[in-house]
Amino acid sequence: MKTGAKILIEGLQREGVETIFGYPGGVVLPIYDELYNSSLRHILVRHEQAAAHAADGFARASGRVGVCLATSGPGACNLVTGIATAYMDSVPIVALTGQVPTSLLGNDAFQESDITGITLPITKHNYLVKRTEDLGHVIREAFYISRTGRPGPVLIDLPKDVSTKEISYEFPASDEVNLRGYQPTYKGHTRQIDKAIEMIMEAERPLLYIGGGVIASNAAGELVKLAESMMIPVTTTLMGLGAIPCDHPLNLGMLGMHGTRYANYAVTESDLLISIGVRFDDRVTGKLDTFASQARIIHIDIDPAEIGKNKKVDVPIVGDSKSVLQEMLARIQKKKDYQKWMSRIRTWKEKYPMKYPQDGALRPQFVIEQLSELLKGEGIIVSEVGQNQMWTAQYYCFRHPRTWITSGGLGTMGYGFPAAMGAHFARPDQVVFDIAGDGSFQMNIQELGTVSHYQIPVKVAILNNRFLGMVRQWQELFYDRRYSYTELPPVDFVKIANAYGIEGIRVEDCKDVRPALQAAIETEGPFVLDFRVEREENVFPMVPAGAAINEMIGGHIE
Amino acid sequence: MKPHTLSVLVENRPGVLSRVTGLFSRRGFNIESLAVGVCEEPEMSRITIVCIGDDAQIEQVMKQLNKLIDVIKVSDITENDRVERELALVKVTAEPGSSRAEIMQIASIFRAQIIDVGTRTVVLSITGDTEKIDALEKLLRQYGVKELVRTGKIAILRGAKTVKSTK
Repeated sequence: MKTGAKILIEGLQREGVETIFGYPGGVVLPIYDELYNSSLRHILVRHEQAAAHAADGFARASGRVGVCLATSGPGACNLVTGIATAYMDSVPIVALTGQVPTSLLGNDAFQESDITGITLPITKHNYLVKRTEDLGHVIREAFYISRTGRPGPVLIDLPKDVSTKEISYEFPASDEVNLRGYQPTYKGHTRQIDKAIEMIMEAERPLLYIGGGVIASNAAGELVKLAESMMIPVTTTLMGLGAIPCDHPLNLGMLGMHGTRYANYAVTESDLLISIGVRFDDRVTGKLDTFASQARIIHIDIDPAEIGKNKKVDVPIVGDSKSVLQEMLARIQKKKDYQKWMSRIRTWKEKYPMKYPQDGALRPQFVIEQLSELLKGEGIIVSEVGQNQMWTAQYYCFRHPRTWITSGGLGTMGYGFPAAMGAHFARPDQVVFDIAGDGSFQMNIQELGTVSHYQIPVKVAILNNRFLGMVRQWQELFYDRRYSYTELPPVDFVKIANAYGIEGIRVEDCKDVRPALQAAIETEGPFVLDFRVEREENVFPMVPAGAAINEMIGGHIE
Repeated sequence: MKPHTLSVLVENRPGVLSRVTGLFSRRGFNIESLAVGVCEEPEMSRITIVCIGDDAQIEQVMKQLNKLIDVIKVSDITENDRVERELALVKVTAEPGSSRAEIMQIASIFRAQIIDVGTRTVVLSITGDTEKIDALEKLLRQYGVKELVRTGKIAILRGAKTVKSTK
């Protein structure tokens, strides 16, 4: 005989789970009691939101399903932002929540919330398990749904009596899950792939537009091969950074609102946009009518609903990026010469490089560049959301997939620090940095307790400008510098870190940046770096909201 | 922009209807009518949805519906040869006298049934396509429609063709 809680733990282990992030509470007591004796490692966070983000960071860094656990009501509700973050960026996590006993469901019982109802629009699927007998296959289905097709979060709500009830249960030997309503397409349509290749051969100015889907399907190698074998330039979205090394001669960097000028100009003049694992998000396209308006569009994505959602597509290919890219590679016969196009791009690159003022002031871009040089683009870089995120995307030289972890779709401030904890458990061999702003860091600053408790070696680099910087930037540019509620009073982050038993350094001068970063890297445990940077530095170049992406402002220093 | 009739085969599980309707509301798609019930397979239900949109919107609705794990099949049967029916119950003011006689006459022309007669009202039951029910309602308005209940349209393909799970 086994309790539901025992079946749950066994089920998680059968899925290969080793670490979960959670926070106990009343109705999950039976589960926690089972964890007490289990070989599963449970990391006690200081707020449930951090558990969800840590599971998410783990999943992004490893490519495996991340798991978080919270109690009913407030615990479950605190997971919501983390689940929504994972949903928007297609990250495979399984969220386990306790629920009041089935006999009390719907009675407004203590700590009851309808979490399956609440998370309906932000999960790929969710379950309210009403019978212990169903638990085993629900766990298997949940993991299967989460990691296959277009990955995403799945929530399992577990009433207390489902966890405590004892039944005789053995997991079926076969791992097969068969859901008649869920059959993702992995292999691209052969004729469509042929058509895509034909179009590439006809094109004069082709451009690969690459997103997080390529990272998720582990297709970075295939992508670089395709780009190299056809000599096609590549631009990536925020989520696609790391798919091609930053300094690869074909890489144009990021496109979109804070993309490079040369990437945005290339999109605008391209006659064939080969879009892979992207969703034509508004932060990428700017004004939709003018986005790639000279180009025919090939769109490869595993989610058919993304194809044609925002932009009319000439060749739709539903399938897994990796599989489709392999098919394409197998069919390419001759190389085409796009010399004229490449030289036009080179001209832009030379004329409009990424630049910021070099006047000796401590600027955030400089901090990122120094870190990039020190780590040689290795390590795992996690960011918060806002200016810190954009500067990291622009100035850190990413060389590998899954080394850049950021909340793209939802733009969740407070994501980075807990996600960095999760990333450490996925890749304990790697240095993990959270690039933060002073605003974002204070949204989940309580996790200093967690990193101290478990000595999780996350290094936090705060680009401290005492502003909610991105909002301030918009106020400066579009609201006549009326800084409405965006200025923050100074905080001594080093002292706060010290209070948690964590080392920290404050840096106010350019010359101290490198030694401070070095010290953080060499310190075994967690570390907090408080960089007092130029307060009113802006992220440039920038496409104003609603403008075409070639209508950029700033960032061009003669 | 025209009405589309979608036949949606779903798992017969709790919460499926809210998954489907929630999708319509949060993505800003409008439902004209919706009818749901068990079908030939005991573990499945069939939902007939009428919604209005241009081709791109309807395509997006169908793709999003297909992404729901509990949705087994979605078919737009608007362009197919099909039979459609809707049931309506209409409570009409019918004072004894000439108007009552007129209402009964209208009912018989429309092949509607009088299923309840009160001292001052009658209840009509009518089955037909949407246009027929609209026409009857319009005619009855002059007597005073006190209450109107419609089931929403259901539809089925003509001939041997079916909307079935292919999986």
